[in-house]
Amino acid sequence: MGTDHSAVWVIAEQIDCHLQSVSLQLIGRARKLADQLQTSVEVILLGDNIEQQARQLIAAGADRIYLGNAPELEVYQPELYTEIVVKLAAEHQPEIILIGSTDMGRELAPLVAARLKTGLTAHCIDFVLDKELILEQRIPAYGGLLSIVCPEKRPQMATAAKGVFPTPEPDDSRTGETMMIDIPDHLPGRIKTLEIIREEPQGVPLESAATIVAGGAGAGDNDGWNDISELAETLNAALGSTRPAVDEGWAELETMIGQSGKMVSPEVYIGVGLSGEQQHMVGIVGARVMIAVTMMPNHRYLSRWITALLMTAVSLFRN
Amino acid sequence: MLNIVVCVKAVPDPKEACNIKIDPDTKTLLRCDVPLVLNPLDKNAMEAALQLKTQFEAHISVLSMGPPEAGNIVKECLALGADQGFLLSDPAFGGADAFATAFTLAKGIEKIGSFDVVFCGMASSDGSTEWVGPEIATFLDLPVVTLVKEIVDCDGASWKVKASVENGYRLMQVELPAVFTVTREVNTPRTLSFSGIIKARKKEIEQWGINELGVTHETVGLKGSPTIVSELNAQEENKRQAEMISGTRDEKADVLVQKLVDAGVL
Repeated sequence: MGTDHSAVWVIAEQIDCHLQSVSLQLIGRARKLADQLQTSVEVILLGDNIEQQARQLIAAGADRIYLGNAPELEVYQPELYTEIVVKLAAEHQPEIILIGSTDMGRELAPLVAARLKTGLTAHCIDFVLDKELILEQRIPAYGGLLSIVCPEKRPQMATAAKGVFPTPEPDDSRTGETMMIDIPDHLPGRIKTLEIIREEPQGVPLESAATIVAGGAGAGDNDGWNDISELAETLNAALGSTRPAVDEGWAELETMIGQSGKMVSPEVYIGVGLSGEQQHMVGIVGARVMIAVTMMPNHRYLSRWITALLMTAVSLFRN
Repeated sequence: MLNIVVCVKAVPDPKEACNIKIDPDTKTLLRCDVPLVLNPLDKNAMEAALQLKTQFEAHISVLSMGPPEAGNIVKECLALGADQGFLLSDPAFGGADAFATAFTLAKGIEKIGSFDVVFCGMASSDGSTEWVGPEIATFLDLPVVTLVKEIVDCDGASWKVKASVENGYRLMQVELPAVFTVTREVNTPRTLSFSGIIKARKKEIEQWGINELGVTHETVGLKGSPTIVSELNAQEENKRQAEMISGTRDEKADVLVQKLVDAGVL
């Protein structure tokens, strides 16, 4: 390994001993960045009974795993997880830390960043090294693309959602080292995860749906939203939404597609009563058929649609 | 007495946010007079505080950082029922990223003095970073729960809350003082009442700048921000255009059905 730069880190996440796909995807991306920086990819994984999962991380592209394997790490504990990551980062001084935009990652990342007194960029859709090998963290905004950099402070920290980067093909011949980490004691003990309850998701999951009907502000009201929801059901499609529909209280946050929501890759995507803002559109990857039902197509992104029906969402359902 | 601080942000009206564009020549934001409003999720944070006030003896301080115009949203929170309003406003605070914003707000909270609970919306509609709440907690050395969707038990100094996780929730036990960021599910925000607006007219908003907070220029605003925007690129226009379907309602509906048949959905 070269010594020009210190390592690129990924904070991996497991739920019930299953690695989250975003962790593998970020390792795939970190591998490319590390090769350019001539450094290694190092991954922190915390949980219980997860030795096997460490192997998977190496096969995905990691060179070194910092493994915390203990019953008290089975589920995310904010104080303990933060303390472990901060201590390791302060000791090893990584160049970059990437974290998945999961519910855990979005809490842990700012807790770590603030402790390390460094910057943190949310919901990136690309990472590129500039001429000085500084990480450009790209996010869509205002009909364009922002590049955020953290020029002086280290590590450079960013989050990205599941599906932004492809899952790397596992290479079981790769080798790497696993270092067991010490579990800190003497924590303040001011906060504790008592239990985590998960339910089977209802309906067709968005991420794996072949057809998606998504609604936006053009639904107009609750009744309008119910019409869109019914269309989704009729077509056996998953129901998606834009931020305005969530903010209005019609749609559940879990259905939001886009930069700060879910990344989806259906065959067929039908957008009803939405203008097609960029923050939403970046969440749709590789749809073969894109149909808009909208009076107000965002002309900047008109090219993303194959077909646009110029009509209001309401007039689609009611005469 | 339960002392509550609610952090709120003035954001460009989300309903008109599509009018904010990047000037392709100067690469600066063209705000096009989009009005500033109270960030939607901060209404849920305010409501959480107001509901506690109906249960306990409580004092609500509302705190914002922003340009002088942001005083309007602090006023709005006073009209909703907050007891005191504070606005951190100083040219030196401009250009702050989430880190510098959280640092400045934490200094404001310290200056407000005694507090048991800090509420924030889980994210702002313009920045969408979700970092400010947890970073405030770090600067104040307090525990934090993000994405709170239900306050289960708020009797005493140890609270139980449900926070959102993928396909479910996590039940957290937290010692006060603590910071909570709330989701839309936590409650249904009340709307402004006429009597509230009248009462709020008597309430003063205290405005603090860099001197009142006793912080240096290096720690706030653009200078105190680890991250900067290095580039602002207008999106490249794509040549391919969508097939635009007009005509009568029935004609358009027929086209939709045909397209769905072609795509194998129907």
